[in-house]
Amino acid sequence: MTTQSDTVSALESDALKALQSAKDNDALEAWRLEYLGRKGRLTQLLRGLTDLPIEERRTVGSASNELKTRLEAAHEARREEIDQARLEHVISSERLDVTLPGPPLPRGRLHPVTQTLRDMLGAFGAMGFQTSEGPEVEWDYYNFEALRIPQDHPARDMWDTLWIDYEKDGKRPMLLRTHTSPNQVRVMEKRDPPIRIVVPGKCYRFEATDATHEWMLTQVEGLAVDEGISMTDLKGTLAEFARRMFGRDRQVAFRCSYFPFVEPGMEISIDCFICRGAGCRTCHQSGWIEILGAGMVHPEILTNMGYDAECYTGFAFGVGVERIALLRYGVDDIRHFYANDLRFLRQF
Amino acid sequence: MRVPLRWLSEYVDLTVDPKELARRLTVAGAEVGEIITSGTWDNIVVGHVEKVEKHPDADRLVLATVSTGTETHRVVCGAPNVKAGQNIAYAEIGARLIDGHTGEPTKLKKSKIRGVESEGMICSEKELGISDEHTGILVLPDNATVGQLIRDVIGDTIFDIEVTANRPDLLSILGVAREVAALTGQKWRDPPLEYPESKSPAKKFIKVEIMDPDLCPRYIASIVENVTVGESPPWMQERLIAAGMRPINNVVDITNYVMLELGQPLHAFDYDKVRGKKIIVRRAEPGEKLRLLTEDEDRTLSPDMLLICDAEGATAVAGVMGGGDSEVSPQTKTILLEAANFNGPSVRRAAQVLKIRTDASTRFEKGLSRDLPAMGTARAMKLLVELCGGKAAEGHVDVYPRKAKEQRVTLTMERLARVLGLDLPTSQVRTVLTSLGFTCRWVPPAHFIVRVPYWRTDVSIADDVIEEVARIIGYDQLPTSMLRGAIPAWIPQPLTELRERVRNVMADAGMQEVITYSMTDLESLAKVLPREELAINKPLRIANPLSRQFEYARTTLRHNLLQTLAANIGGTQNLIELFEAARIYIPREDDLPHEVETLTGVLSGRHPDRWGQPTGPEADFYDAKSRLEFLFTDRRVQTDYRDANDFAYLPGRTAEVFVRDTRIGIVGQVHPRVATGFDINRDVVMFEVDLEALLPHVPEGVEYKPISPYPPVEQDLAIIVDADVPAARAIEIIKGSPLVAAVRTFDVYTGDPIPAGKKSLAFAITYQSPKDTLTDADVAKQRTKILERLKRDLNAELRT
Repeated sequence: MTTQSDTVSALESDALKALQSAKDNDALEAWRLEYLGRKGRLTQLLRGLTDLPIEERRTVGSASNELKTRLEAAHEARREEIDQARLEHVISSERLDVTLPGPPLPRGRLHPVTQTLRDMLGAFGAMGFQTSEGPEVEWDYYNFEALRIPQDHPARDMWDTLWIDYEKDGKRPMLLRTHTSPNQVRVMEKRDPPIRIVVPGKCYRFEATDATHEWMLTQVEGLAVDEGISMTDLKGTLAEFARRMFGRDRQVAFRCSYFPFVEPGMEISIDCFICRGAGCRTCHQSGWIEILGAGMVHPEILTNMGYDAECYTGFAFGVGVERIALLRYGVDDIRHFYANDLRFLRQF
Repeated sequence: MRVPLRWLSEYVDLTVDPKELARRLTVAGAEVGEIITSGTWDNIVVGHVEKVEKHPDADRLVLATVSTGTETHRVVCGAPNVKAGQNIAYAEIGARLIDGHTGEPTKLKKSKIRGVESEGMICSEKELGISDEHTGILVLPDNATVGQLIRDVIGDTIFDIEVTANRPDLLSILGVAREVAALTGQKWRDPPLEYPESKSPAKKFIKVEIMDPDLCPRYIASIVENVTVGESPPWMQERLIAAGMRPINNVVDITNYVMLELGQPLHAFDYDKVRGKKIIVRRAEPGEKLRLLTEDEDRTLSPDMLLICDAEGATAVAGVMGGGDSEVSPQTKTILLEAANFNGPSVRRAAQVLKIRTDASTRFEKGLSRDLPAMGTARAMKLLVELCGGKAAEGHVDVYPRKAKEQRVTLTMERLARVLGLDLPTSQVRTVLTSLGFTCRWVPPAHFIVRVPYWRTDVSIADDVIEEVARIIGYDQLPTSMLRGAIPAWIPQPLTELRERVRNVMADAGMQEVITYSMTDLESLAKVLPREELAINKPLRIANPLSRQFEYARTTLRHNLLQTLAANIGGTQNLIELFEAARIYIPREDDLPHEVETLTGVLSGRHPDRWGQPTGPEADFYDAKSRLEFLFTDRRVQTDYRDANDFAYLPGRTAEVFVRDTRIGIVGQVHPRVATGFDINRDVVMFEVDLEALLPHVPEGVEYKPISPYPPVEQDLAIIVDADVPAARAIEIIKGSPLVAAVRTFDVYTGDPIPAGKKSLAFAITYQSPKDTLTDADVAKQRTKILERLKRDLNAELRT
C-alpha cells in the first residue's frame, strides 16, 4: 500500500524534475507524452490499479487523479515560461533592421497630363459639367465654319492648322482639330438646353515646338447654355475652377479678348503663385499668368443651332491641360510631357 | 503694332504712367505684350563723323574720327554704311550696350581691334537695344545736337500691342489714341487734313475703273505734281524707326507714316510710269504673271487675286504688294496716290498663296472701313505737299461702287442686363460709348439706338456693344455668381468610362502610363504592320506635316510603345512596363476616320528580386497575359486565348484574346525582327486590346449569387496528355461537370517519368453542391465521369 503511494510521489518528483529540464516546445511535448500521454507513465500507473484491492484502488486512484491535475498545471505553467522566454529571445536577439526596404511591389502611375485632366474634369464635374468627347480628326465645318471662322478669316491665324490630305470639290475639308470647341456644335446639334458639358481631348497645331509650345496638346472646352446665364456666372465658374486647381486664396483677373465664337470675349489670369504678383520669370514679370480663354456664346451660333438666342444665353471656355500641368508642377519645358522619359513620368 | 508713346501723345494727352496705361489697355483688350524703353543710354551721345580712313590692317574695318563737340575720338568700325558727315550714336568706354553677336548686355571696354585701339564705339540699332538690326550703324538725324545724350534724341517708350483679329482700327496710332482717351477720360485729337489744291483737276490725270466691285468697294486716286523725292524729315524717320519700319524716301515714308497713323494702307505710283493714264481694278486672268517689288522672278497669279492694272497690264496685287515697274524713284516728279478698300478674305487668300504678308495685307484682311480711304488720302496729300514740295491736283478720282452703310445697333437695357448679369445706369452706358466715339440716342422706355463710328468695323450687334461697355468699365468690376439653373440629365459615356477605368487598372497592375504623338511616319508603321494591312488601311496623310516624322495618322500604337520602351531601356536589365490608352485612326472612304480607343502595353526586362535588383526571371508571355487577366478580372470579363499568327509577334508565343466569338485583342512576345527594328535586343512582350470591341462584353454590374451553405470538397487531379493539348481545353471539360465549382491549374510538367511528347497537367478541383453536402461517393462519381470525358476528348490518362 505504501509502495503504491510512494510510487505516485516518486512519479511526481521525477516528472517535475524532467519538466524543468524541458527547454522548448518539442521537449515539452515529449515530456507530456511521457507522463500524461495515452501510453504515458501516469496512465500505466493507473492501469496497474486494477490489481489492487478496491479500497486501496480508490485511495491511489484519487491521488493519481490529483497528480494528473497538478502535472497538467505544471505543464501549462512551464509552457508559458518557455513561450515567454522565446519571445524575450526574439525581442532581444532577433531584432529586425526596420530601415531595410520591403520587397518591391511596383506601382504604375498615370501620366501627369491624365492626372491633371482628371482633376480639371473633377473641378468642373462638381459644378455639374458632364464630360463629352468628340473626334480628333474633324471637318473644317465643325472646327471653324460653325464657330464663325469662315474660310479666309484672319482669326484662322489663331489656330495654325494641320490639314488632312483629302480633297473634295477642290477644297480640303478635313483637318486635325485645333481645339475641342467643335464638340460644342456637335452637342448643340443633338441636344436642347440646358447644356453643361466639358470636352476633353487632344488637339493639334501647325506650330514649331519650344519650351512653351507643343504641336499636340490637350484641351478642355466647356459650354453652358440655359436661360439666365450671364457673364457673372462665367466669372464665378472659372474663378471657382482656378481656386480648386491652384488654391483657395488665388486671385483671378479677367480681361477683354477676342474669339470669334464668343461675345463678349475674355482671357482669365491667376495671380502668379510663385512671386505672388511681384513679377518673376514664370509670369514674365507681369504678376499674372494667363490660364484660359472664354466668353459668352455668340448669339449667332445659338441661332444657327436652332436655339432662341433672345431667351437662351451661355458661356464657353477653353483651357490647355499641359499649361495647367506646367504651372501646378513647376515643369520648365512642355516638351517633357510627350518625351515620355520615365525619370520624368515617375515623379508624378 | 509698335506704338511709340511720343508719337501717341500727339493725338491724346497721356495722363497716367506707361505701366498703368499698359495695364488699362491690356484689360480692355489691346494686350501690351511688351513695354520697350529705348535704353537709359548713359555715356552714349550724338557724335559727328569727321572723317573715315582705311584700317591699316583690315579690309573690312575703317577708322572713323568722331567728334562729340568738345573732343574727338578715333573709333574702329566695321559697318559698311559709316560715312563722313553722319551723325551717329557714339558710345564712350564704360557704356552699357547689347553685344551685337551674342545679344547679351555688356559693358564697353577699351580694346585693340587688329592692332588699333578703339576709343569707344559707333552703335548699331541692335547694340542700342532698339531692334535686331546689326548690318550697319544707326544714322541719326542731321539736326541732332552733337554731344547731346542720344536718349534725348531718340529715347522713347514703345508699347508692343498684340492686336486681335477683330480690331484693325488698333493697327494705327490714332486708333490706340482713341482707346487711351476712353480709358483715361481724355479726348483724342484727329491729325490735320487740310492742304492747298491746284486748279488742275485730278480726273484730267487719271481714270479709274473697278471691274470687280465685290473685291474693291472703293478706290480713290489722287495726284501730286512736282514732288522732289529725297529723304523724309528726321522726325518722320525717327517715328518710323520707333514703330519698326525703315525709312526709304519721303514719298514712300509718307505712305507708311499715314498707314501707321490712321491704319489705311496707301500706295504711291510714279504717275509717269502708269501706262495709258488709267487704273483698272480686276481679277487676274488665268496664267497672268507679275514681278513683285521685292522679287527677281515673275509670279503666276490665280484668278481669285485682285490686281491693280494700268492700260497695259498688272502693276500690283491689290492690298498685298506692288510691282517694280511703277515704283517711285529719285526721278519721280508726279505721284499717283492710291487709297482703296479691298475685300478682306480676298487679300488674305492672295497673300497666303503668294506667301507674302505685308503691313498692308495684314490690315486689309481684317476688314477696313470704307470711309477710311478718304481720310488717308487727305492726310497723305497734306504731307506730300508739305514735305515733298508737291502740288496737289484738285479733288480726287473716287470710285465708290459699294457705299458703306452707317451701322446702327439697337441696345435694350434688358439684353445688357441679361448678358452682363447686372443692371447698369443708362447714363454710365452712354458715357462709356460716347468716350469711344459711338453716339447714343435713348428711346424710351428702355433702349438705345447706338450709331457705330466708321472705324469700328467689328461692331454690328447688341452683344458687340455690350462688350464695349463691359471692357471699358472693366470685367473685374462685374460681380461673380454661380450657375443656378437645373443640372442637365446625366448622359452615360460608357467608352470614356471604360478607358479611364482601364488606365487605373493598368497603373494598379504596376504599369506606367505614357502619352505619345498621334502622328507618325510610314517607316515606323511598316516596322509593326504587314504591308498588306498598310495597303488596306492606308493611314491618313497630313497635307502640311510639321516634319516627315509626323506625316501620318497612326493606325496602331505598337510603334509608339516600342519607341518609348527603347528610349527608356538605357543599358539596364530593369523591368519596364508601359501602357497607353489612346486612339488610333482607321481611315474610311469619304468620311472622318474611325477613331478606335486602344490599349497597348509592353513589358521587358527582368523581374526584381527581394532587393529590387533585376536578377529575377525575364518578363515573358505569361507576364503580359497576367496584366491582361488582371484587367479582365477587374471588369469581370470571361476571355479565352487562341494561338495566333501576327506580323509583329513570335509564332508559338502569341495568342488572340476572345470574348465568346469576338476578337478583342492580342498578347504575345514581340518578334525579335520587329524589336530589333527599334534597336531593342532583348525579349519584349506586348498586348493590345480594342476597347470598343471589349465594351459590349463588360457586364454592367454585379449579379449576386448566394453562397452555398454546404462544404466544398477539394481534390487534385493529374493527367497526362499530348504536349500540344492546351490546358484550357481540359479545364473546359472539367468545368462542364455540374458539381465543379472551380478549377485551378497548379502544375505543368514534362520530362521523366512522363513519356516524350506528353505532358502532365495537375488541377485542383473544387466540388460543391448548392443543395446538399457532397459525399465521397458523389465526388468519386463525378471524378470518374470527368476522367472519361478527358480520355475521350483529349486522349488523357490519369497520372498515378
